[in-house]
Amino acid sequence: MNDTARTIASDGFVIEPEDRRAIEHERDHYEQPQAACIEALKIVQRRHGWVPDAAIPAIAEVLGVGPADVEGVATFYSLIFRQPVGRHVILVCDSSSCFLNDYEELRDALSAELGIGFGQTTADGRFTLLPVCCLGACDRGPALMIDDCTYGPVAPGDVADLLEGFA
Amino acid sequence: MATIHVDGQRYDVDGADNLLDACLSLGLDVPYFCWHPAMGSVGACRQCAVKQFKDEDDTRGKLVMSCMTPASDGSWISIDDDEAREFRASVVEWLMINHPHDCPVCEEGGHCHLQDMTVMTGHDRRRYRFRKRTHRNQYLGPFIAHEMNRCITCYRCVRFYRDYAGGTDLGAFGANDNIYFGRHQEGVLESPFAGNLTEVCPTGVFTDQTHSERYTRKWDLQFAPSLCHQCAVGCNISPGERYGDIRRIENRYHGEVNRYFLCDRGRFGYGYVNRDDRPRLPEWRSDRGDERVTLEVDAALDRGADRLRSARRVIGIGSPRASLESNHQLRALVGEGNFSTGIAAAEQRLLARMQTLNRECGLPTPTLRDVEHHDAVLILGEDLIASAARVALAVRQAAQARREALAAERGIPAWNDAAVRTLGQDRYHPVFIAYPTPTELDDIAEAGWTLAPDDIARLGFAVAHEIDPGAPAVDHLDAATREAARDIAARLLAAERPLVISGGSLGSEAIVEAAGNVARALARRARRGSLMLVRREANSTGLTLMGGAPLEWALDELESRRADAVVVLENDLYQRLPGARIESALEAAETVVVLDHQRTATWERAHLGLPAAAFTEADGTLVSLEGRAQRFFQVFDPAYMRPETRIRESWRWLHVLRADVLRHDVGDIALDAVTLDCARHYPDLAAIVDAAPGADYRVRGLKLAREPQRYSGRTAMRAHISVSEPRAPQDPDSAFTFSMEGYNGFDRPREEVAFAWAPGWNSPQAWNKFTDEVGGHLRAGDPGVRLLAPRPGGYRYTDVIPAAHRAAGDAWQVVRLPRLFGGDETSARAAPIQARADAPVVRLAVDDAARLGVSDGQPLRVAGEHGALVLPVRCEARWPAGTIGVPAGIGPWPAGGEAVSLAVAATQANEEGRA
Amino acid sequence: MSVTRYHSQLRQSAAERRAETHPLTWRLRDDGARIGLDEYVDKDGYAAVREVLNRQSPDDVIATMKEANVRGRGGAGFSAGMKWSLTMKGPGIPRGYLVCNADEMEPGTFKDRLLLEQQPHLLIEGMILGAYANHSRYGYIFLRGEYVEAARAVQQALDEARGAGWLGDDIAGSGFDFDIALHTGAGRYICGEETALISSLEGKRANPRAKPPFPGQSGAWGKPTVVNNVETFCNAPAVMAHGAKWYQDLSGELSNDGGTKLFGVSGKVERTGLWELPIGTPGRELLERAGGLRDGKALKTWLPGGGSTGFLLPEHLDSALDFDTIGKLGSRLGTGLLTVVNEDQSVLSLVRNLEQFFARESCGWCTPCRDGLPWTVKLLQALERGEGERGDVELLDKLADDLGPGKTFCAHAPGAAMPLASALQYFRDEFERGVTHPPRTAHADPIPVGQI
Repeated sequence: MNDTARTIASDGFVIEPEDRRAIEHERDHYEQPQAACIEALKIVQRRHGWVPDAAIPAIAEVLGVGPADVEGVATFYSLIFRQPVGRHVILVCDSSSCFLNDYEELRDALSAELGIGFGQTTADGRFTLLPVCCLGACDRGPALMIDDCTYGPVAPGDVADLLEGFA
Repeated sequence: MATIHVDGQRYDVDGADNLLDACLSLGLDVPYFCWHPAMGSVGACRQCAVKQFKDEDDTRGKLVMSCMTPASDGSWISIDDDEAREFRASVVEWLMINHPHDCPVCEEGGHCHLQDMTVMTGHDRRRYRFRKRTHRNQYLGPFIAHEMNRCITCYRCVRFYRDYAGGTDLGAFGANDNIYFGRHQEGVLESPFAGNLTEVCPTGVFTDQTHSERYTRKWDLQFAPSLCHQCAVGCNISPGERYGDIRRIENRYHGEVNRYFLCDRGRFGYGYVNRDDRPRLPEWRSDRGDERVTLEVDAALDRGADRLRSARRVIGIGSPRASLESNHQLRALVGEGNFSTGIAAAEQRLLARMQTLNRECGLPTPTLRDVEHHDAVLILGEDLIASAARVALAVRQAAQARREALAAERGIPAWNDAAVRTLGQDRYHPVFIAYPTPTELDDIAEAGWTLAPDDIARLGFAVAHEIDPGAPAVDHLDAATREAARDIAARLLAAERPLVISGGSLGSEAIVEAAGNVARALARRARRGSLMLVRREANSTGLTLMGGAPLEWALDELESRRADAVVVLENDLYQRLPGARIESALEAAETVVVLDHQRTATWERAHLGLPAAAFTEADGTLVSLEGRAQRFFQVFDPAYMRPETRIRESWRWLHVLRADVLRHDVGDIALDAVTLDCARHYPDLAAIVDAAPGADYRVRGLKLAREPQRYSGRTAMRAHISVSEPRAPQDPDSAFTFSMEGYNGFDRPREEVAFAWAPGWNSPQAWNKFTDEVGGHLRAGDPGVRLLAPRPGGYRYTDVIPAAHRAAGDAWQVVRLPRLFGGDETSARAAPIQARADAPVVRLAVDDAARLGVSDGQPLRVAGEHGALVLPVRCEARWPAGTIGVPAGIGPWPAGGEAVSLAVAATQANEEGRA
Repeated sequence: MSVTRYHSQLRQSAAERRAETHPLTWRLRDDGARIGLDEYVDKDGYAAVREVLNRQSPDDVIATMKEANVRGRGGAGFSAGMKWSLTMKGPGIPRGYLVCNADEMEPGTFKDRLLLEQQPHLLIEGMILGAYANHSRYGYIFLRGEYVEAARAVQQALDEARGAGWLGDDIAGSGFDFDIALHTGAGRYICGEETALISSLEGKRANPRAKPPFPGQSGAWGKPTVVNNVETFCNAPAVMAHGAKWYQDLSGELSNDGGTKLFGVSGKVERTGLWELPIGTPGRELLERAGGLRDGKALKTWLPGGGSTGFLLPEHLDSALDFDTIGKLGSRLGTGLLTVVNEDQSVLSLVRNLEQFFARESCGWCTPCRDGLPWTVKLLQALERGEGERGDVELLDKLADDLGPGKTFCAHAPGAAMPLASALQYFRDEFERGVTHPPRTAHADPIPVGQI
């Protein structure tokens, strides 16, 4: 691996030096560089909001693995976004306890408020709405997560207020 | 050995197998998808479920996946058990949930493992009434078509592509029931073994694109046991013909050679036999200035014979891409003293040396299968992917076999594929590679060196000396090379079975000698090692055994007018020596007769051109690089669909031409007689009659069918020519019929299998019915006979060791690099190969390029004594200084080893040296 | 704003929790703040490590853990001591890995979150003991990506522990070296399956691996690897400090299993929450602690330990919540966090929701799970919409059977099959109500296919 400051893939995707260092740091935790793949994808995603196509070979190059390895991982895990997402990602728990606590009403309220369904992003690029596995907040369902914070219980009537806090 | 009980029957099986493997080896039908005999078990598809009982008295039992269960002694299982049957029916029903109802338009139909298994499990109606998931397909290059909707997610494709063949650009994407097998973005599949996906995929996700435009079902194709002619490995193939064209090539199982896999040059490089511009009639002109006219056979023979009869002396130029029989008939025509092998002197010297080494160095030549059982490999001066790709795949398996050894220590059976890979990680048996550039095996190599040819040889000589101090030492060896040699020697000596691979690709005698010294040293240290030497062309080994003068001798004879006529057999001389040299020799000849199936530059210089049969239209014998004489059989009669053609096997042309010259009565001759005559003439070739059964071979009194029994349209396929159906062509040369009449079964052992089919088994998986055990040998024995047995000889170490390579100012040493795609004379004429080939470049070390002031892509003129060429430059980080790499397959010049000058060219003209 | 940020909370006050009876939670504070290193050490933290690493052999640890019969708290209930005894060690065997499964994603489960966020040092201490017993070289805490606060807490604790010499070379002067890295996931329930977790740890697609070989023989990167749940590791320090008998006695007459368990209740009850109680505590006591069902509704059915356990009826509430007792009822203890369904709620819809979850979270490796679960979901949706056909319920029976143990590659699909099969058994009428028309004939019957 050469030590150029920036890794530029053939189609011009740039992994920032800081991100590259972070990936290489992660790589050192494991026996094989492939193990840092998920973390590398998350690092790129933190900077860009999502993982663009061109990032795949760039990450592969940093890790010294094939692009298909990276894409295989990127498309497997639900928290790696291979499509552009909004500035804030709303993960709505759709598992059993929340379901029994009227999650579907919350989901419908969110859809109505934002005008989008699951897998979609608001036209202003503010929110993306996604379902998520049991958030482990079952005692306070229905729960959802916006960016790094979990909220619950969220009544349908709370949705407007809650979303207001996110620019 | 283990005894297992299947549905109450007692069987003896190999206890190291899993139950699926054991049952299939017994001939019992158990359906499966994810398991593959060459790739082991992963337990993904759940199709091979059987019931296993604790003992004889257990009546409940439990379902197990037979592929994941060892065939341990005393196992009691049932395939027929109701619960097992029902579960297998459920599995295939799930697999078919998303599978489209497109069998009628699917190119897998008729040789589809999924079809076979669906019928076997009795699934005949769809209960799933909801929407199917669909996918978009990708462009994957000129070889392979992609239809993901058909995918049943067995994961075989990625397991073959990545785990077996070392590819990195095919992956499994997505999760749950939305899994996609493809590239991370559209583009050409990079692996040179990608074509095997068409057979590895149990259904029609990956299909043969070269077959697609003029598609024919397997049951409507006519087949014969054939041999790949695109390199010297000798892979067995099964070409399929319809309407006078070859439609596709499939792997033909050979237990010692290719087994289940081919390289893409072999599979997709057949297009030259279908070219429209092929000579199909004799062509004649009295003088080179005349227009060519086409002639009937008799007229052509008469005129040819007249000219040859009146000639003072006739030279015959043979060919390492033609059969032994054709070469022999040419030699019979011109006489032993007038026969040239058609191989340039430098290459012929190398071939002769390799033959001697194979016999006398003390180590045997391994078969391809045996290559996989070596535990340390030294490769000197070969990029195996480029020069003998299938060998590279075998070397990869040899390296990966370390994992199986490690797994065995933990009691993990070799067939437990995922577990073996997990335990083994990237630990491989040591492979060392010395070549001017990095090679595609470097990912599994313990070490690789990019060296100039002389330095590769010096490394080899140094290794030999480290193994056996009695081997000559290398003078002025630098410390790093000595260290490397010491390390390699230690690892080879530590191995149970070290393998040395080298060959003639770089045209360096020193490299071959160095490999010989290493082999000799290993033999003296009593190692069970092997030596494999790579030859270039399909019959290079055979022609060397036959003998003959080199091409330059023939040219000299003509140029000096010691001879005034020449007969050239299936050989484009312009590919071998500089054009000017060929030109003046042919110019001097009064008569030039050329036999070929391609319109080559040599053909264009002929007075008489005789249209020869390509390998698909001829029978004959080739000797592969492992010294295996193997027979290939005619797939179809070219005159059946094109009655106007006068294509004949070269040996047939030459036989009648000789009779005509001698004014003998022209009686026809059959292959067996030619083969026998050939065998009698050359002691080294005496065994070739045993390479395959003769034309009188019968099974149950029947000849063997070339066509599956469902072959259709025979009465109609010629209707546009004549409404009356002619008698099927007769084949006096082999035991095969041009018909569906004849034996096509699997229950009587036979070596020569035109196509693999067994009741219920239409896909290539049917080969398991023809083998003694799954992945084993054909029950009648694997075809062919080995000719290059080691024999006691006074082998002595070579002590001619070249000096270290030194970059010498403006004199650049040329290194010619073989290419898998585009580097072989015939397959380079196939359109898909042309589409797949990389644009030719000249390679230069980065520092040298900087010194010359050229950068990537700039045209560079390489000028030598005999010619020049202009190609874009590619600057390589790892490339020996002072050398220039030129690609093979774009004309012969500049030659390897030659000193040339380099100059930045203003524009990119082309190969000035050729004219 | 009426919506609050979620914070994990135990329903037992500090006054109620004592070291002798609440080994998992006695140190926790009522304000739910993280127990830092100093506070942890003040409350006897790392004492077990100091004692064991200096005075006991790895085999002693395994023997004690075996005797205490600490059963896997991730849901499978396999004896941790037994697992540790099967890890390959010895000459020629490389030191391997110790992995904490903190990928808590089982529907209805919110227990590990509490331990991770508020008492990560207990986990670290348990892992050090596990590493010592298993001769592990390095540890990973495989934490689900959504547990952001837990990640912060664990990372802080790891840094603290390393700074204080509890991780790294020569731990507590014993000569034993071991360190732990935090590995955060990127979603996918299947990562909770121990072999899939290893695949994911290696940066691959989280496909499970066939057993044998077990991870203890050949796990992460082919090295011996031990995977245990957060709560399982958290039991180890107290077991080692107080002994196997003490641990066994914690559950007294309630159960043959020893120790305590983090139990919880979710669903429409008055007071959802988490409690540390002796294992074997009956479901009725939990329901009482939860104040019964909200709005005075009657209990219809309940899941004893997450989405992959079988439905139980009100009549089962008096049974001991331990692995064997619940197993005999045809369900599984699972994670021990009850999901409660009231009389108004549709089991069919809940099962549809569960199967949707399992279908979506299938890794796609084996056929029954990958293709059988989506079909199950579509049939359930049809029934829910009243568009079922005759034969659909029987088809669901067959699917539930075909997705069962031994037929699929890992336990994911059997986990999905259990609620389906039990719902079909107990609430069959709900399913049958969705059948509204006869099957449509797609084609002639029988189709002539010939014989081979």
